[in-house]
Amino acid sequence: MRGDREHPMIAEMIETGYTGRKGKGGFYRLNRDGGKKVKEAKSLQTGDYAPANRKVQMKSISAGRKGIGAVIATDDKGGAYAKATLLDVLSYSAALVPEIADTILGVDDAMKWGYAWKKGPFEMIDDIGADVFAGLLKEAGRDVPPLLQKAVEAGSFYKIEDGTRYYLDTDGKWQQIERPDSVLLLSDIKLKSEPVEKNGSACLWDIGDGVLCLEFTSKMNSIDEGIMKMIGKAIQHCSKGDPYKALVVYNEGSNFSVGANLGVALFALNIALYPQIEQSVAGGQATYKALKHAPFPVVGAPSGMALGGGCEILLHCDSVQAHAESYIGLVEVGVGLIPGWGGCKEMVQRHITNKKRAGGAMPALQRAFQTIGMAEVAKSADEAKSALFLRAEDGITMNRDRLLADAKAKALSMVEGYTSPEPIEVNLPGESAQLLFDQAVSGFHASGKATAHDVTVSAALSAVLTGDGTDITETLTEDDLLKLEVKHFMNLVRTEGTVARIEHMLETGRPLRN
Amino acid sequence: MPSYKTPQEDISFVLHEVLNAEQLNDLPGYEGMADRDTMDAIIEAAGKMAEEVLQPLNLPADAEGCHYENGIVRTPKGFKEAYDQWVEGGWTSLSAEEDYGGSGMPHLYKFVLDEIVSAANTSFGMYPGLTHGAVEAMQAHASEELKQRFLPKMIDGSWGGTMCLTEAQCGTDLGLIRTKAVPREDGDGYDISGQKIFISAGEHDLTENIIHLVLAKLPDAPEGVRGISLFVVPKIKVSEDGSELGARNGVSCGSIEHKMGIKASATCVMNFDEAQGWLVGEAHKGLRAMFVMMNAARLSVGMQGLGLAEVAYQNAVDYAVDRVQGRSLTGTKAKDKAADPIIVHPDVRKNLMTAKAFNEGARALAYWTGIQIDTYSKHADPKVRQEAEDLVALLTPVIKGYFTDMATSTAIMQQQVYGGHGYIHEWGMEQFVRDARITQIYEGANGIQALDLVGRKMPAHFGRYLRRFFHPVQKFIEDNMNNPELATMLFPFAKAFGKLQQSTALIAQKGMKNPDEAGAASTDYMRMFGLVALGYMWLQMVQVAMEKKPDANGRAKFYDGKIKTAQFFFDKMLPETDALFKTIMAGGDTLMALDEDQF
Repeated sequence: MRGDREHPMIAEMIETGYTGRKGKGGFYRLNRDGGKKVKEAKSLQTGDYAPANRKVQMKSISAGRKGIGAVIATDDKGGAYAKATLLDVLSYSAALVPEIADTILGVDDAMKWGYAWKKGPFEMIDDIGADVFAGLLKEAGRDVPPLLQKAVEAGSFYKIEDGTRYYLDTDGKWQQIERPDSVLLLSDIKLKSEPVEKNGSACLWDIGDGVLCLEFTSKMNSIDEGIMKMIGKAIQHCSKGDPYKALVVYNEGSNFSVGANLGVALFALNIALYPQIEQSVAGGQATYKALKHAPFPVVGAPSGMALGGGCEILLHCDSVQAHAESYIGLVEVGVGLIPGWGGCKEMVQRHITNKKRAGGAMPALQRAFQTIGMAEVAKSADEAKSALFLRAEDGITMNRDRLLADAKAKALSMVEGYTSPEPIEVNLPGESAQLLFDQAVSGFHASGKATAHDVTVSAALSAVLTGDGTDITETLTEDDLLKLEVKHFMNLVRTEGTVARIEHMLETGRPLRN
Repeated sequence: MPSYKTPQEDISFVLHEVLNAEQLNDLPGYEGMADRDTMDAIIEAAGKMAEEVLQPLNLPADAEGCHYENGIVRTPKGFKEAYDQWVEGGWTSLSAEEDYGGSGMPHLYKFVLDEIVSAANTSFGMYPGLTHGAVEAMQAHASEELKQRFLPKMIDGSWGGTMCLTEAQCGTDLGLIRTKAVPREDGDGYDISGQKIFISAGEHDLTENIIHLVLAKLPDAPEGVRGISLFVVPKIKVSEDGSELGARNGVSCGSIEHKMGIKASATCVMNFDEAQGWLVGEAHKGLRAMFVMMNAARLSVGMQGLGLAEVAYQNAVDYAVDRVQGRSLTGTKAKDKAADPIIVHPDVRKNLMTAKAFNEGARALAYWTGIQIDTYSKHADPKVRQEAEDLVALLTPVIKGYFTDMATSTAIMQQQVYGGHGYIHEWGMEQFVRDARITQIYEGANGIQALDLVGRKMPAHFGRYLRRFFHPVQKFIEDNMNNPELATMLFPFAKAFGKLQQSTALIAQKGMKNPDEAGAASTDYMRMFGLVALGYMWLQMVQVAMEKKPDANGRAKFYDGKIKTAQFFFDKMLPETDALFKTIMAGGDTLMALDEDQF
């Protein structure tokens, strides 16, 4: 290690108070002088700050799409850096087995679980190619660890044969990877079986004991027509009770689902294809509703982000078994919309019927208004319970690998004597509550906390949540609430502000404050 | 002999009554340049020049063609004198930047001028047209030094300009060019070597010098289109301040092409033999610089098409009124004559009406686009600028592709009105057909325009360009849904627009999975888009005409003509969108079904 040398620039930065975010700034700083926040970067040559608007462009970065092997093979600074680092780290890892762990599995799992690496060191060596990696070590005049040499001879550290996974033990022999009973992985099931149904966006898998698993396979697991169709198929299969009697909604992507496919929606908006948009809103509502009232138990099992339409599907499940690290929220207002696939309806019902709620309908609705209106995202499964995205009785799994097994067990436990939830009816306060909510938002607008389009979007939301001019004596059905969602959703998509928000989100990945 | 009369009243109607072109006065830099009187006067002067000087040369110049001898090209008799008058009239400098001696007038004028000049003499229009394109590209991308050196004399008409892209092995795929640019040892620019073909106005006797914009590859150029650079290469070397001509540069014309039409436009093989040139814009980014020129040129070609369709129509109307032959199907109409004029026949009228409805609708669409170009060039609000630029980007392939397809087909229909005489040179109609034909081919063949529309313009920014057209149209339909006067036009229009929406969604969706599907639909889609766009313009014209007709006195018939022509468009032309919709929906399978050896 060569880090004990004092660097004059860093010493000077510390001396002058440029200690980072909490100080005057660091290598980066946010300059607010012009009234706007401008991200600036410190020049390592001159020490001056300049706007940091230049995206780093390196061949090695774009090579990343082709995998880690392509990155280190790239002849530029980034490639050289990646190569130097990986030669160190990966050969060090390879030299440590069996000293610190009996198998390579232990090391890979430790690095993934403990350091949130996407892949463990031995998986990375396989990506590069064990022989290629050994060659690079020799080229650099370094020793090839004995375990790596064994992988060179065997071809790799891991292999799949006839649907079974193997790893290389320290004697250079292939050993089958055994899963504990409590671990069930879709990726294992997929090696050994064909999907029951499949289209471009989703699959249905038989995960044993009469349980089907609905897996999203679309880009970023965004919810689209294909997924809606697959939900319909799932309902058909499970409604018969044989061979399938329960459904788990689960996938092994880094995020459960980030919501509806906005790109498709924006294109339709740009060509003013409003009837089709309305159809997809109403169609999604009907599908989720059918899922909710289907005659078999449905368990949602999210991990990572479950946002927008991805959250709404969970709201329609009989029960949820969530990975502890789940980020759940209705974030539609960020793109100028309101939840349109029953999200408003479900949140209204949950808040109104919440046994623990304090006071009458007003404060309950206010919570719902706040949660959706501020696009609150629960930062854990636990937090999601207090936001009512999850019910108190929903389960939480700490170990990601056990999520599917837990969800499946829960679904099976519900099969016997299952009855689908009764449709719920609500009485909502109407105009008086709407006025109150809108006034609050106007206040935020006046004080600069809410933008002009926030006011428009919030008004649509308050209208839906309060029953849009209804009266407390009037009873509203689920369908009444769904109709309100469609009406106000469609009003919003016709506004310039909403189109601008969606476009900005797609182009920059950030919300537009208009 | 054919004739041409500038359609001043129609032009004026579109500019002032429909599009309110005086709005350009509000743009910074255009104050006072778009007064109605100023515009009308300029257009009238251009029309006079076109009618009296350019049009009479058209037919003889077509017969004579250009002459090539030992690297020297002579244009047909009268072209040099006409060009001098053109320069004297100040037409070369109209919309060029004031810093380099231009008049800085709105680009809209260029659209009107292009139409008029092409109608009078398409070949002649090529020479100043190419210069204009080269000026625009240099204004946008050349260094100040190069601009000072070359632009003033190009703008005042002393020097011509060209764009040298095509080589024998490549036209559409410019990544394949072989022309090389090597840095000179003296550090003053590059030596350019290679051969370019199909270079319009590459060599001629109208100007004392010709400034070529040449695409070439630097020694360290990456493969493909990302490795092309743009150079300015004068025919005769020029002193640094641009005031004096020096030695001949290594640029020569190897031959000229013998071709179907625009015979008075010299289409040259250009040889560059270590010719000294200078980089325009950044190295390897030449295609981007050239696209400025190509986009402007594509719109100009669209206007050539419109001009030709207009002049063919005018002559066909004259002939149909003069020519007596047989009797009307419903009984004699001209009792004093030996036979009825052929304009009594419905099918003759269909030919004429088709051209009339196209010309007038296309004119409105083109001038609307011209206003958008001025808006994105000058408007103070960047948001408005971007919206206008998006719209131009979207409509450019439609104007180029649809207008020129229609130019040829309507020119043929007008030729048909003449019967056998349409086939004879001296009547001029066959020349219009031949001249129109090239407009479908050059500046990106129309198949390429259609691909540009579905492959680039449609998916860009999730359909943002489309929004600039679809949203105003949607709003127009919603605003006028309850207007009973418009019903006979608005209902079919709304249906056609719905089909365009559905086709757009389908092509975008299918094309993402299989680009061949987008390719298969592209030409049909471009035509459908053109028809709907014309429908949108016609509805706006009809609104104005209906409003003004009751108090129009002497002009009532003019407005009445607009309304009736519009109804023809909606009854007889727009329904083509139904057929196009069906062929688009049928997908591309049958196009790709045969193996190569089954053809």
